[in-house]
Amino acid sequence: MIIGDLKNTDEILDSIDDAKKVLVMGCRGCVTICQVGGEKEVALLASQLRIGDKARGRNREIIELTIERQCDAEFIEPILGKVKEVDKVLSLACGIGVQYVSDLGLPTPVVPGINTTFLGVNLDTGLWKERCQACGDCVLEITGGICPIARCSKSLLNGPCGGSADGKCEIDPDVECAWQLIHDRLKALGKLENIERVIPARSWATSRDGGPRTRIREDLRSISREEG
Amino acid sequence: MSDNGYKSGSNLEKIFAMGEFAVTGECGPPKGSDVSVVKKKAEHLKGYVDAVNVTDNQTAIVRMSSIAASKILLDMGLEPVMQMTCRDRNRIAIQSDVFGASALGIKNMLCLSGDHQKFGNHPGAKNVYCLDSIQLINTIKTLRDEGKVMCGDEVEGETKMFIGAAANPFGDPFEFRVSRLAKKVEAGVDFIQTQCIYNMDKFKRWMKEVVDRGLHEKCKIMAGITPLKSLGMARYMAKNVSGIEVPEEIIARMKAAPKGKKAEEGIKIAVEQIQEVREMEGVAGVHLMAIEWEAKVPEIIKAAGLYPRPSPSA
Amino acid sequence: MRLSYPTNVKIVRVPCSGRVNTIHLLKTIEEGADGVYVAGCLEGDCHFMEGNLRAKVRVEHARELIAQMGINPDRIRMYNMAASDGPRFAQVATEMTEHIRQLGPSPLYTGSGPEWPKQQDPKEQIEDNNPKPKAAAG
Repeated sequence: MIIGDLKNTDEILDSIDDAKKVLVMGCRGCVTICQVGGEKEVALLASQLRIGDKARGRNREIIELTIERQCDAEFIEPILGKVKEVDKVLSLACGIGVQYVSDLGLPTPVVPGINTTFLGVNLDTGLWKERCQACGDCVLEITGGICPIARCSKSLLNGPCGGSADGKCEIDPDVECAWQLIHDRLKALGKLENIERVIPARSWATSRDGGPRTRIREDLRSISREEG
Repeated sequence: MSDNGYKSGSNLEKIFAMGEFAVTGECGPPKGSDVSVVKKKAEHLKGYVDAVNVTDNQTAIVRMSSIAASKILLDMGLEPVMQMTCRDRNRIAIQSDVFGASALGIKNMLCLSGDHQKFGNHPGAKNVYCLDSIQLINTIKTLRDEGKVMCGDEVEGETKMFIGAAANPFGDPFEFRVSRLAKKVEAGVDFIQTQCIYNMDKFKRWMKEVVDRGLHEKCKIMAGITPLKSLGMARYMAKNVSGIEVPEEIIARMKAAPKGKKAEEGIKIAVEQIQEVREMEGVAGVHLMAIEWEAKVPEIIKAAGLYPRPSPSA
Repeated sequence: MRLSYPTNVKIVRVPCSGRVNTIHLLKTIEEGADGVYVAGCLEGDCHFMEGNLRAKVRVEHARELIAQMGINPDRIRMYNMAASDGPRFAQVATEMTEHIRQLGPSPLYTGSGPEWPKQQDPKEQIEDNNPKPKAAAG
């Protein structure tokens, strides 16, 4: 799931300062699950903004709308009219949603209300941790289901480095050493041989380093053309 | 391989080839371009060590480049061990810098992961880790032995490097530490310098496993020694430096030493440690890291009976 | 027991203080209330285990949110009392009313409500070029 964090209030206020009518737009996808950009959070932020406006005697309309997914034309098309009505959209979707709505070619600027932080998992109420970097070349099969790219601070393929102590990473005693976890898991699985040999340098071309990524499935595209 | 079968023909390599107990020192470049800092540190070391490690932005604090400082040492007649971390360079920059270093006459290098930038003076920097230290070793070995860069393209001219790496016998998981050393050997490392040793018992256990697996015959192991300047330093190392263990007995010794004699006690401990590791099977040298205390290196080396240094004939 | 308490306290009944959400508190302020408080059971005495503790956290959150907008967070409070303790209920209603009187009218007040004494909470000097009419003027 995509995890996000609400931007600080001053930054949000600055970004919509010039707008007379603002649409606070939520998404029922990941950001609802991680409780940062769903219907509830939209209501809270909108109310908070109205309180601030009223306290300043500012007459500005703040409207609320939460759609199924901001990264999908199917759900955005029906609400385009609403987007056109406002001076600014304050989107609480992840960066993907913000861009998708921005890219529709409407004159309405879309600004982010959250920072998209990482791809992670909800471990407990109010606790999320990073699990994947979408690097495009999964090694979980070798590393016992623990990702060294996302979870080792140095993304080492032949860890642990000398900074691993008592199961923790050198950068922070609250960060687990991914390679200690990998070692322990593989040991439990009887698969330590997976990491006994040198894992050769990988290509990062599949990752962001290779430039913005595109995925094309010709089989699906041809079907859609036939249907279309 | 040319030059009488030497991989790099570096002084350090020759010392090992002679079967001598090798000694390396360390020089941290200045936080700027002040050449005098490098020269001053190097003067203390000259004649007392076989080669000098030149750190690469250690603890992620911006300093004069390791390559440039290494060249300054070369010009002074000292042999550098150029450190190189994977933190700041991708495979393009790494290979390019190694060509440059080799062209300048640098013949030893140490392949490191590098301290995470979080501790340095630019915690907002983007790190690279295009390669890890083990892949770096292998990259340099391929440059040297096959004359090829990573992609397989032929290299113009020779890149003769004596390839070193670090090992931390005190990192966790302890049981995997020797395996990781074995991976460095598999990748093609020629020599190893260990993290500072204070916990001699643990080092012995690690060393025994190294010898049991025959790794000491495939690469030269140098034991890392850092003299303690003060009780405060001992406590700081014990508490704040990841991957370093300072046993209570060492702290007790520093504590018991009378005021004004703490540094002397620290040096005494270092000399004893050198003598102790020298007796251990598989230890081929010491790496003396006298951090901002280079002036004491001659005294320590002499007291440990490692002076004068042998000079291999070219 | 016929206890009197200030008539300006409007009661919204909920099954448990845990039913109160942050948005409810914000809405009261947004709609122009000068203050709002949650009257929950004594800590440790929640019939639904921890409803009042949840309410406490939400009150704190709502306080932060209005503070970010320049509103005195103390316009939102949490009080705990036993369900059977009528005198305490009346005492809290009086205390909160007095407290809000001290703070003065909400900066969101548009001047169309009851008369307020001439005072404004110094913490709420909202910076703006076009200040709304003060309560005293209305």
